[in-house]
Amino acid sequence: MAAGETRWERPSVFPRREVKWFTYLAVVGFFLWSAWDLGAAPGRILEGVGNAAALATDFFPPEATPRQRTRIIEKMLESVAIAMISTLTGILVSVPIAFMAAENISPRPLYTLNRGLIAISRAFNAIIVAIIAVKAVGFGPLAGIITITFKTVGFFSKLLAEDIEDIDMGSVEAVRAAGGSPIQTLLYGVVPQIIPRFAGLSVYRWDINIRTSTIIGIVGAGGIGSVLLTAFNRYDYGYVSAILLAIIAVVLVAEGVSAVVRRRYQ
Amino acid sequence: MAAETPRWQRFDRRRRLGRFLALLLTAVTVVASWQFLAIEFVTLDTVPREVADLLTRMYPPDVAYTPTIIEPLIETVHIAFLGTAGAIVLAIPVALLAAENTTPNAATYWLGKVLVTVSRSVNTIIWALIFVVIFGSGPLAGAVAIAFRSVGFLGKLLGEEIEEIDFGQVEAVTATGASSAQTLLYGILPQIKPALVGLSVYRWEINIRDSTVLGFVGAGGIGVQLFRAVDAFAWQSVSMILLAILGIVIVSEAISKQTRGMVR
Repeated sequence: MAAGETRWERPSVFPRREVKWFTYLAVVGFFLWSAWDLGAAPGRILEGVGNAAALATDFFPPEATPRQRTRIIEKMLESVAIAMISTLTGILVSVPIAFMAAENISPRPLYTLNRGLIAISRAFNAIIVAIIAVKAVGFGPLAGIITITFKTVGFFSKLLAEDIEDIDMGSVEAVRAAGGSPIQTLLYGVVPQIIPRFAGLSVYRWDINIRTSTIIGIVGAGGIGSVLLTAFNRYDYGYVSAILLAIIAVVLVAEGVSAVVRRRYQ
Repeated sequence: MAAETPRWQRFDRRRRLGRFLALLLTAVTVVASWQFLAIEFVTLDTVPREVADLLTRMYPPDVAYTPTIIEPLIETVHIAFLGTAGAIVLAIPVALLAAENTTPNAATYWLGKVLVTVSRSVNTIIWALIFVVIFGSGPLAGAVAIAFRSVGFLGKLLGEEIEEIDFGQVEAVTATGASSAQTLLYGILPQIKPALVGLSVYRWEINIRDSTVLGFVGAGGIGVQLFRAVDAFAWQSVSMILLAILGIVIVSEAISKQTRGMVR
């Protein structure tokens, strides 16, 4: 074989074969460590499957007395109401933060500060935020509104800021060249370019907020979640599955509405 | 001004009406929601004070608490990792069912869609409540909950990826006399491998964030310590735990971004 000839090898993201095997080994090793640490023995899993089969008969059929049914409806309305209000408040808070977190129109220190705020909002699960909100303002929907507003800011500001960074700076300069003040530049140069995405994002976030508002009740921040937790604690599994069905139904409707609206806007 | 020069308007009458109605509907819904929740403005003005009070109690974070939270932190990463691994195993068949070109018939297609929908509509914390009953409290229940929640996400996106593949290659493998397992291994899998790796790592990153709260329902992880500290009003410990969570979330995000950049 001539020295210049090389064997064909499958294209790979790894620079060397050793690196590849090392990576695979590390992943498998970590997997085994995890399984051992969590006690995920096959016997325990099988036992769980047996328990699940026994439990399945408790879950079916879903049942709720008329009183429980009105309770589900009432608390579900509370969840939806929380989602509605906090989508609005969340967006209102997000807009200025998004502008300050856009690299192309915001000064550097302000940019860093707001990006940090966004990172914090995204890092913590809604349940953690809710628990702290409940400790701060007490049980009830107000804690839920604060939680979802806070979570909305991380999501909405981040995506809106990315859209602002993608805009055509030419039209911004044009408005400025015509003698527009900074406010006018923002209103007539930047805002018209992000409005279409704005609508889609709002509806998308509303959909996510509906999902979130159905669980934060577990820690006392209002909505259907509290009813679910109570039912679980009473081992009333027929009621649990009735509540779960209600949650799935509401989530599906929200997702459907959001998909339709986004398709019409984009 | 002559009557025949109309004023320029951005929208015609129908769209203006539509926009006005949409705005009105939004306003009415929000006001009605506010009324329904019966939150009084009196309680509202105490909110900034209460939050500020809590934040001052949290400062400074209790650094001496760090050794106690290292082990639960590792457990959290393990839950996310094992849960994601379980989800991949479960999601591949679900994705094959939920993809129009690989599903055997209409019934299996709908089965795939239903599995994806149920998994996605039920939050991780609710799955955890269910699996704590089944496996007893502990991190194993958490890992299974994470797996069941992730199946829908991975199944849906992998299914969409499978629908995009070049079916010629699959037919070529079948034409050589390959069994259905071999077709899957050599015809389909190589085409979705980059997506599989990318999506798995992305989901792992989400799962790290999700598994930080499993402790609230007794499903293990850093959440156990967090909620214990909250209940004890040990706010400086709470802020230390929050910082630790922020740390692992940022690290996992960086790993995920790096890996996804490599396989794209």
